Amino acid sequence: MNPPGLVGACTAMLRRDLTLAWRRRGDIAMPVLYALIVTMLFPFALGPEDTLLQRIAGGVVLVTVLLAMLLALDAMFSSDIEDGSLEQLVLAPQPLALMLVMKILAHWLTTALPLIVIAPLLAGMLHLPVQVMPVLVLALVLSTPMLSLLGAILVALTAGTRRSGMLLALMLLPLCVPVVIFAAGAVAAAQQGLPWLAPVAWLGAALVLLLVLAPLACAAALRIALDA
Amino acid sequence: MTTARTAVPTNAPLLEARALSFHRRDEPVFGSLNFRLHTGELALIEGDNGSGKTTLMRILAGLLHLDEGELLWRGQRLQRDQCIGDILFLGHQLGLKADLTPLENLRLAVGLHGCREHVTVASVLNEIGLGGYEDEPVRQLSAGQKKRVALARLLLLPATLWLLDEPYANLDRTGIALVNRLLEEHLVRGGAALVTSHGAVSFHGGEPQRIRMSA
Repeated sequence: MNPPGLVGACTAMLRRDLTLAWRRRGDIAMPVLYALIVTMLFPFALGPEDTLLQRIAGGVVLVTVLLAMLLALDAMFSSDIEDGSLEQLVLAPQPLALMLVMKILAHWLTTALPLIVIAPLLAGMLHLPVQVMPVLVLALVLSTPMLSLLGAILVALTAGTRRSGMLLALMLLPLCVPVVIFAAGAVAAAQQGLPWLAPVAWLGAALVLLLVLAPLACAAALRIALDA
Repeated sequence: MTTARTAVPTNAPLLEARALSFHRRDEPVFGSLNFRLHTGELALIEGDNGSGKTTLMRILAGLLHLDEGELLWRGQRLQRDQCIGDILFLGHQLGLKADLTPLENLRLAVGLHGCREHVTVASVLNEIGLGGYEDEPVRQLSAGQKKRVALARLLLLPATLWLLDEPYANLDRTGIALVNRLLEEHLVRGGAALVTSHGAVSFHGGEPQRIRMSA
């Protein structure tokens, strides 16, 4: 008797997490509404001045999306630890890191993807020029998985602690600085008509690196969390 | 069901523990434990509350790191990647998602561990007495029914060694009889099981081995 193939196991994992997210689809709408409201506050606070809003639009959308993702990050492994699903996952014959990639992917699909979809709307509310939108979306597509991966490591590290939400934010936000710099840099460059490929390439390279290393770190941290 | 490992003495026990002990923050949880479990054997782990039964189970399952002592699997030093699919652990936490139905919960287990021959998730649910509850979210089931869903893993997944931590908790009389029947069938098939419990085991295939826990 051989264990089922990796592809089958990955599909089963992804399918379960997506089904779970669908059962609680109200939770998916939460970060989206949060991002919408936060972006709406900026014109109220700064005044409806086109040039000012245009200048800050890219950065505001990026930071808003980052904060909105932070809201949902906390729940990534907590329920799995509480109900023992994580134990069963650790004891499964498949490599834990790979299964966690599937969990992180499901998390990205249910929290970041809706935010990326409404990002052009958010940017439009701040008068970001339409021709810059594709660059903004591209920057988000590359930077949000990084936030999910970095977040997953930290969630795994803080798994045992109570009130880990605030701790998580304090630990994650400094790590996000380079991501924000390059993503905002790409959008700003596109806005000024400068070549924006270099910062985007940096984002892509960092994403590949994290994609390889983060699941391993995450798996190690979760094993330690259970070994207590 | 299990793959035969080559060059292993046939009389080697499936699982052997030599001088196993565990400390938590320098406090001994349990002292030196020795036991051998052959295929077709059942061992009961007995001890008072807090004597380390669950800790022992978690060590054997590979969730906790072993402090001192040695574990042998089929006569060789236990390597997790060699036996990980062969050991099935059922702990206090059932590992069920409250928002999913029993069917969906078990489908993931099958997706990860594979499935025995001649059984399906639906047939197993019928057998453990949960026919008709396939599409009910687990959150709406009673504690005993949840336990039965977790027990369905025993029927579904291919594993030689069962580690059952309090498998009788929350079960009614037919549930207890069900666990006993599953255990007997498993042992006849050439499996082995370690069970912690407070005396609900009734076993017809000879007297089970008893492992006494003491600090």
